[in-house]
Amino acid sequence: MSVNAISEYHAEPKDRVENFNGMQLLYVYWPHHLMFCAPFAMLVAPDMTFGAFVDELLKPAVSGHPDSETADFLNAQWRLNEEAFTPDQTATLIANGIDHKSMLTVTTPGLEGIQGSAS
Amino acid sequence: MASKNKKLNLKDKYQYLTRDMAWEPTYEKHEDIYPDESFEGIKIINWDQWEDPFRLTMDTYWKYQAEKEKKLYAIFDAFAQNNGQQNITDARYVNALKLFLSGISPVEYAAYQGYARVGRQFSGAGARVACQMQAIDELRHAQTQQHAMSHYNKHFNGLHDASYQHDRVWFLSVPKSFFDDARSAGPFEFLTAISFSFEYVLTNLLFVPFMSGAAYNGDMATVTFGFSAQSDEARHMTLGLEVIKFILEQHEDNVPIIQKWVDKWFWRGFRLLSLVGMMMDYMLPNKVMSWAEAWEMYYEQSGGALFKDLERYGIRPPKYQDVANAAKNHSSHQTWATFYQYSQATNFHTWMPQEDEMAWLSEKYPETFDKYYRDRFEHWDKEQKEGNRFYNNTLPQLCQVCQIPNIMTEKDDPTVFSHRQIKHEGERYHFCSDGCCDIFKNEPEKYIQAWLPVHQIYQGNCGGADVATVVEKYYHIVPGVDNMEYLGSPDHQRWLDIKGLKPLSASREKKAAA
Repeated sequence: MSVNAISEYHAEPKDRVENFNGMQLLYVYWPHHLMFCAPFAMLVAPDMTFGAFVDELLKPAVSGHPDSETADFLNAQWRLNEEAFTPDQTATLIANGIDHKSMLTVTTPGLEGIQGSAS
Repeated sequence: MASKNKKLNLKDKYQYLTRDMAWEPTYEKHEDIYPDESFEGIKIINWDQWEDPFRLTMDTYWKYQAEKEKKLYAIFDAFAQNNGQQNITDARYVNALKLFLSGISPVEYAAYQGYARVGRQFSGAGARVACQMQAIDELRHAQTQQHAMSHYNKHFNGLHDASYQHDRVWFLSVPKSFFDDARSAGPFEFLTAISFSFEYVLTNLLFVPFMSGAAYNGDMATVTFGFSAQSDEARHMTLGLEVIKFILEQHEDNVPIIQKWVDKWFWRGFRLLSLVGMMMDYMLPNKVMSWAEAWEMYYEQSGGALFKDLERYGIRPPKYQDVANAAKNHSSHQTWATFYQYSQATNFHTWMPQEDEMAWLSEKYPETFDKYYRDRFEHWDKEQKEGNRFYNNTLPQLCQVCQIPNIMTEKDDPTVFSHRQIKHEGERYHFCSDGCCDIFKNEPEKYIQAWLPVHQIYQGNCGGADVATVVEKYYHIVPGVDNMEYLGSPDHQRWLDIKGLKPLSASREKKAAA
């Protein structure tokens, strides 16, 4: 459907990748760890390797959680934009198919949050 | 019409001063004078059928408002002279006022602009006068709210720049975008959004919590504002219902259009009210009732009766009402947890509930609080006592429509986010729910332009690359003084001083010695 307007109406998306100065957005969701109130929104370089993303961005982001010490993200179950996904840690994010405003979901079986409450 | 009596009766006076002020144009075409009246597809056959239940004329309006104003400002003066700020239950309460002043008062102003605009666009004189009066009401509310709360600005931090912050601070984009959405719609959608969905269906969930909250917490200034605005609100509610019935009675083609707007604006309103829910359950030291109780009373019961009444027009209850009803047991906890962890970027303080408050939450939310939220809060409480007060050091993903971080969970599984995502013209978009995703799909051109605070920070449009710089330079918030943890904050310290619970703080002692 389309907007009901008084005249012809055209609009530009405000968050095109060109507006991010060479960087792109990446969202990351760690299910059953709702202590982090929402998926993270991160600014990433598209040519960053997946391994570097995990070490340099994801691990510091979750470091406040008691499960973070035991979480093995490189051997976890990943989904990319709601589909099953096997990351190549040595390849770049873009080469892994992770484009602007993509959403990664990482599940760490056995880790169920604070006192098992999914927090 | 000619009148024989010098003093007009109410009916004649209304006729003269409203309907009689209008005329049928002969030099200009109707559609040139009222260019916005038809593009939404709403068909009005006869504007004369518009009933103004109050039959209020402008002269009477000014007289009533002036009388109320006089009384209101006398009480503000007395409040200030008697140091009324010392009689509130606890300084934590002032944070509810910071939320109100930066989140609600500016949207009163936005409502004023909206009614002033749409009042110009209707060719029916009755509707024009009603909109004009409501525009002035809303302007008056924005002003008197600021006057009611300005006294607190002399004694507490964080109240210094509310309207500036309204246009910039991340979570304030939630109420701001709500009103921007309504104001950029056509005149009939604006009325359905604000007069009906907001003022009629949901206003009790905004007004009663804040004003009863003020009464329960010794805030005479704000509660007096509440009394002064009550008769206006009653008029707005009545107008809201009148508007919807009038449009529905005019033409059957209006029914599906109105239904779509009711669905949209119920959902947007429900999301916006998450802020009120957390205020009720977490920010009021003396609780009025729980958010779930308020939702049951003011939405499930009153709203249920309303939609029963509207059934005869072919209107059904709003889509996703079931999701909203189920969320009453979760949304306040999820929202407070969000503000707690991002308190380094808010314009007010946050804290963990004390033990008796946790017990109250368990009692009010027997199905959910202990099961899903207590462990999280006790963990944070413990961390704080050990000197590791938790702050989330990343930024959150926001919903493209309501602009709330994607914190809400599935109706049937509160351990999983109800995140949705779609691709539109090659771009990815993310949502908090089916409700917001549907709104996007109906009018994508509108929401692809959303000014999402997180994305704007990352694009470099908010004064700095890190949160601390953005907060200080772009938001005008002093970290640790205006925001972050309440315990140990300057506000907390000042309150202990006021109450004589502790000797003067070191800084004040130094000042006194000098």
